[in-house]
Amino acid sequence: MIQAQKLSKVFPATKKTKEVRAVNAISFECKPGQIYGLLGANGAGKTTTLRILATILEPTSGTAKVAGYDIVEEPEKVRENVGFLSTSTALYDRLTARELVEYFGRLHGMDGDALHKSVETLFAALDMNGFRDRRCEKLSTGMKQKVSIARTLVHDPPVMIFDEPTVGLDVMAARSIAQFIRQCRERGKTVIFSTHVMSEATKLCDRIGIIHGGNILEEGTLEELRARHAKQDLEDIFVEVVGDEQ
Amino acid sequence: MSLRNIGVVYRKEMVDSLRDRRTVISMFVIPILLFPALSVGLVLLGATMMNKTKEEIPRVMIIGGQESPRIVEALKKSEKIQIVSESPDFETQITDRKIRAAIVLPPGFDAAANRGEAGKVFVDYYEGDIKSELTQKTIVNEVLEDYRVDLAKSLLSARGVPSGLLQPFDVGEKNIAPPEKVGGSGFGGMIPYFVIILAFTGAMYPAMDLTAGEKERGTMETILTSPVSRTDLVLGKFLTVVTASLATAILALFSMGISFVLAKNTIDRLLSKNDPTFHFALDPRGVLAVFVMILPLSVLFSAAMLAVSLFAKSFREAQTYISPMTFVVIMPAIIALLPGVELNTRTALVPILSTTLVGKELMAGNHPWGFIALIFASSCVYASLAIAAAVTMFNRESVLFRS
Repeated sequence: MIQAQKLSKVFPATKKTKEVRAVNAISFECKPGQIYGLLGANGAGKTTTLRILATILEPTSGTAKVAGYDIVEEPEKVRENVGFLSTSTALYDRLTARELVEYFGRLHGMDGDALHKSVETLFAALDMNGFRDRRCEKLSTGMKQKVSIARTLVHDPPVMIFDEPTVGLDVMAARSIAQFIRQCRERGKTVIFSTHVMSEATKLCDRIGIIHGGNILEEGTLEELRARHAKQDLEDIFVEVVGDEQ
Repeated sequence: MSLRNIGVVYRKEMVDSLRDRRTVISMFVIPILLFPALSVGLVLLGATMMNKTKEEIPRVMIIGGQESPRIVEALKKSEKIQIVSESPDFETQITDRKIRAAIVLPPGFDAAANRGEAGKVFVDYYEGDIKSELTQKTIVNEVLEDYRVDLAKSLLSARGVPSGLLQPFDVGEKNIAPPEKVGGSGFGGMIPYFVIILAFTGAMYPAMDLTAGEKERGTMETILTSPVSRTDLVLGKFLTVVTASLATAILALFSMGISFVLAKNTIDRLLSKNDPTFHFALDPRGVLAVFVMILPLSVLFSAAMLAVSLFAKSFREAQTYISPMTFVVIMPAIIALLPGVELNTRTALVPILSTTLVGKELMAGNHPWGFIALIFASSCVYASLAIAAAVTMFNRESVLFRS
């Protein structure tokens, strides 16, 4: 479960930049077994929101509960219950696929049989045994994507956060990510993911929040959005919402 | 803070670092191969060059010798110099290093010397040319001195005065310092300096790679998604950097020690030509004591470089910040080697300078316990402050996500 309550993030002014209000008092809720899509253009505040939920960044004001833990009060508990995947979460090139996944398992407090079992299960499920002892620097993009997925799942977190996970991937790799996100929903996990690709949001999301300028301007199921805007295509709805704002 | 988590991070960072060619070169190749080759090689080269210089019989010109055949004959007999024919361009020849020096006799030297009124004999040489300087010293202290004594003896005995009065007593010298102490205060005094530089350079690459390098490769965000606290993460990284720093210093000491043991006979043979009593030796306890004093300094280097390179966005930017720090390390170490810079309460509080100074004392077999305690304690305080700075930096998102 994710419950964001008036989350805000302000990056203070520096010598070179002005103050930036990246996220502006946003609230939303995402339930287990549900995929919540944050749909927005570049710079809309998607990444900042997801980084706050993953406790990589601290909110300037407001808070959120993730898997029952407060992101401000218990950030380490939150991270124990979250799997975070984005295109900017790279892999350690000099570790093998197995070493990397085991390392993240250990960072999540796992050891011995439990860790071994989890790694073996994941490697079999994701068909990774063919390259388990190959260093990450020698892996193809698709293989790396699988290692990243295994890394986020090794501790079997109830909440999954995906920040534009398909950016830069080819069609096949993007499809496997989409399939993986669906599987997470089927296994009852709470899933939130950000994208600017309308087709992805249409196919995957149970609820969609359109974010722009740090504000959630519109929210609902795809059907609710279609009914509210009398439009079928999500892109048309998005343009109407964001365009009105601009 | 969790020791388990720090250990997990440390183990991973060590594996990662040891698979990195650049870290392996700075941690193993430089201290094991390059550094001993440079240090032992320099000693051997220096000793060989010095011996060659000493072995050369310098060419010397006598100016104004036509009227004084007696002194000219005596100087020609000396085996320490080789007399060449007089020429008016003798100064040019010294400058061009065709001859090493010239002995300029006053007019009518022989006759005047018999009356004890010969005046001054000048030895012209070229300051800055080591061979010319050595020749000048040989002529003044040995060749002309011998001739002066011989002449004085013959003049005194001609007047019926016993020549023994010229030298009513003899002076001898006896060294009571054992070879380790002599070696310690000479070349050994340089050892703390070498170890400090290596402790610094050994920490340099991993410190940049584990912070700015991680940011650049995009793994920083990955690791921040783990439940391990940022303090545990930075401490795991810090221990890796300290290990690299100490490993570099230890390996350098070992390989330098082995190189000197292997080269000992050659060094002894070369250096004992100047001083027959010379035996090259270093006190291993002194070396060990120096290493203990360098521990907190290594911690200080590691934490400071970690904090500085954490601020950088990329490896290249980190290099820009860290490179000037090399001078900050080299300068106090060089100042400590200057004559007159001594260990006192004030210098004992200056990091790096204090460790180099106390290292010199330890290598010479002295143990100023009060200063040792003060330096160790102050270095520990500086190291703790640097660790606190690194932890603070790692907890600031403006630093971690600086763009």
